Amino acid sequence: MTALAIANAAYLAAALLFIMSLAGLSKHETGSTGVRYGIAGMTIAMVATIWLTLSGEWNASTSLGLILLVIALIAGAIIGLWRAKVVAMTGMPELIALFHSFVGLTAVLVGWNGALHAGDLSPELVGVHRAEVFIGVFIGAVTFTGSIVAYLKLSAKISSKPLILPGRNLLNLFALAGFIALTVAYVMTPDLILLIAVTVLALVLGWHLVASIGGGDMPVVVSMLNSYSGWAAAATGFLLGNDLLIVTGALVGSSGAYLSYIMCKAMNRSFAAVIFGGYGIAAPTEGEEETGEHTETDAASVAELLSAAKTVVITPGYGMAVAQAQYPVAELAKRLREKGVDVRFGIHPVAGRLPGHMNVLLAEAKVPYDIVLEMDEINDDLASTNVVLVIGANDTVNPAATENPSSPIAGMPVLKVWEAENVIVFKRSMASGYAGVANPLFYKPNAKMLFGDAKDRVNDILKAI
Amino acid sequence: MSQIGVVTEQQGESRVAATPETVKVIISLGYDVVVEKGAGAKAAFPDSAYVDAGAKLASTADAWKSDLVLSVNAPTPANIKRLKKGAIFVGVLSPALKPQLLEQLAKQGVTALAMDAVPRISRAQSMDVLSSMANIAGYRAVIEAAHEFGRFFTGQVTAAGKVSPAKVLVAGAGVAGLAAIGSASSLGAIVRATDPRPEVADQVKSIGGEYLLVEVEEKMQSSDGYAKQTSEAYERRAAEIYSQQAADVDIIITTALIPGRPAPKLITAKDVSLMKPGSVIVDMAAAQGGNVAGSVAGERVVTKNGVIILGYTDLPSRLPAQSSQLYGTNLVNLLKLLTPKKNGKTVIDFKDVVQRSVTVVKAGKITWPPPLVQVSAAPVAKVEEVVMPQKKKISTRTMGALVAVGMAALVGLVSIAPAPLPQHFLVLMLSVVIGFYVIGKVHHALHTPLMSVTNAISGIVVVAAILQITDKILAVQILAAFGVLLASINIFGGFAVTRRMLKMFTRGDQR
Repeated sequence: MTALAIANAAYLAAALLFIMSLAGLSKHETGSTGVRYGIAGMTIAMVATIWLTLSGEWNASTSLGLILLVIALIAGAIIGLWRAKVVAMTGMPELIALFHSFVGLTAVLVGWNGALHAGDLSPELVGVHRAEVFIGVFIGAVTFTGSIVAYLKLSAKISSKPLILPGRNLLNLFALAGFIALTVAYVMTPDLILLIAVTVLALVLGWHLVASIGGGDMPVVVSMLNSYSGWAAAATGFLLGNDLLIVTGALVGSSGAYLSYIMCKAMNRSFAAVIFGGYGIAAPTEGEEETGEHTETDAASVAELLSAAKTVVITPGYGMAVAQAQYPVAELAKRLREKGVDVRFGIHPVAGRLPGHMNVLLAEAKVPYDIVLEMDEINDDLASTNVVLVIGANDTVNPAATENPSSPIAGMPVLKVWEAENVIVFKRSMASGYAGVANPLFYKPNAKMLFGDAKDRVNDILKAI
Repeated sequence: MSQIGVVTEQQGESRVAATPETVKVIISLGYDVVVEKGAGAKAAFPDSAYVDAGAKLASTADAWKSDLVLSVNAPTPANIKRLKKGAIFVGVLSPALKPQLLEQLAKQGVTALAMDAVPRISRAQSMDVLSSMANIAGYRAVIEAAHEFGRFFTGQVTAAGKVSPAKVLVAGAGVAGLAAIGSASSLGAIVRATDPRPEVADQVKSIGGEYLLVEVEEKMQSSDGYAKQTSEAYERRAAEIYSQQAADVDIIITTALIPGRPAPKLITAKDVSLMKPGSVIVDMAAAQGGNVAGSVAGERVVTKNGVIILGYTDLPSRLPAQSSQLYGTNLVNLLKLLTPKKNGKTVIDFKDVVQRSVTVVKAGKITWPPPLVQVSAAPVAKVEEVVMPQKKKISTRTMGALVAVGMAALVGLVSIAPAPLPQHFLVLMLSVVIGFYVIGKVHHALHTPLMSVTNAISGIVVVAAILQITDKILAVQILAAFGVLLASINIFGGFAVTRRMLKMFTRGDQR
């Protein structure tokens, strides 16, 4: 029994544990067990790998490597745990995007290492190895810069407006063609210049891909980058001939792809349309502006309305995260529930900047998850609801999506809040939402506007109740 | 700072133009409020309550001397004389029916605001006294009918036998009609309703009534929010329906009004004679001539065949506390509009369509009728069949072709690939499939934890970096160490943050 055989057995166990980990996350009840499986799998994989590395011939490089390994691991653990501890739940999208970039960068580094030290290879595999290096570096670098741009956009360090370069789709295509050409060239003559060239090309491509996508499409982008980081790991698996990396990378890659698919379906847009273009360009605002009289209301009357209601549905959006209003909102829900009002939350799949973003925020504020429902679960009940509170959401409650076929968001499934008896819209001003589409909801006779910061307004309502 | 006077109404009116609650709001707008002694007595608002709210009590003459006089009904000629020049009078004035009243007010040199002239636009809904009073009247009409009717409204099965539910017909599904339908159906009666505007059918249904459609080749739409006069063909068919219904129902409540014209005759003497003895008719349009043959404004009439016809014109006044509160709130909303700076100074802005419409006399000049306001109570150009753009579905055939091509490419690629690659491809493909199935079951609320866990797991690239860290080349070792650092941030951070998130999710019954 060689060290390699034992390591491979350990890898199998780790791969299984990862699958069980993802399966565990499908339900709230088994979620933490799932995480434990994941940690166990990761521990087994790392211990086996370290043991495999050390079980070989011992020399100066090995000792240096061991020292570096220990330092890097401890430093990484400290930084990682610290970030995980201090991050605010509203900052989750940024953190996740940043973590993606780490995986991407690691994949680039591993790829470079693979190029610098090819090892002993049979002649027919040399070409394959070079191609694998390139693919690994390419995917890794795209993930890296893409995630960095996503991180900057999500943390509002740069504008979240889409960057529109002329002929940007063509640019992307050129970059892809360039990558293929460079790969072919590298397979024939392994030149370091080519490796540098492909790295730079991929870095630029990754930056451009995400820079040209607007803030509201971020749930798709983040899950797409999640997918990329998985493929990057899988590519390194090919490079090193390591099945564990391939399995894990593929799991992560397909999970990200699936999430992206769910997000795209929720916006009634094809994946390609999100990746290659934002709203603003696809449909400029037409002349026929939706206008009308909107009715304003105040916190006291909303409080009165809520106290008299039997059923209340709250539909939060990104604005709630921006205003940090989740705590007062949760408090409001709690108070109303104590009064015997049936309060539920309706979450649109693309609300927020991350799949499931709203759920995490509400969970943080201790809203029980069994009253937080998905769009499809609650849409039919909205017609029999007394009061709907729209907090910081706009496009996801826009009736134009179902009523106006010429609207840029036509066909997008939305929360049908306007069917309820009363709709209170919390908003800072009458401006359009992310999609730049006017919202006829505001002019519906059963809709009332409550202007101002969502957090302050909800607090006012709490005081008035 | 102006003084606002709340005056006592004439005999037979129980309402009052301000309640202690609305007085508080008026004071907060910067006004001084005086209330005529005993003004709220009939509506169960004692003088002391007004004083507690911050108002002063005043004699009749002093109250009428105020800068702004709030009233429910139009003033008598004697009281008009009491108004001072330049004062503002607010009340229900029926300007279309009482031109001589406007002349008298103009002669006195005052400004008069008619609460019943508020245009029917959404912004002005909060001041629409016709709606708020009609709502009360509709409710009261049902209560009056129930009082006269010698039976239950609701059907019951008792030990003493079965009681069948009362049948109610409501003619006209405006605000009053809808209130009547709602009240009658909540008492348990079977309610039917007629209205020339077919678009109200849904509203009728939503509060428990059944809409009787008058089928003629013509649709009625109104552009000003009120019903219009109808065509002859329509009326013939409607009359048939009324005759049929009269023979069947126990109670008829009529609410049909056309602004500025006498009420349409809906129920003929013959229809009344068809009704069962003990049946009740409430004619809510009695003051405007009545919808029912034989109804007398303000009176209870019993026909020869024992049908009771109620022509009460003071239905809102029979619920004085409620109607005073709603009317008072309507007034407050108008005052808010007229006092934009909340400093007790009244400003009438003729550019604002609401203020223009309610002002029937301005500083001694008659300004009635106002320029026409077009309101779209009728659906804006009937929504045509909306065809939503749908994504093209890929046909099964193209789908099959795509799968075949993909398979062929994969088979071709793997078959020429050298030794370890095919196994790797196999592993990759199976893992992708497993991934899709596993993720597909994930609860939507757990998408963020799922992402952070997959994030941590994708830190598995650490394995690759560890394998390279003992390399003989120093550069490789350093790059690998950096890789280990980054990947381990991911692993530790990812798992830790996921655990933190999952702990936050709590079930409602677990706390």
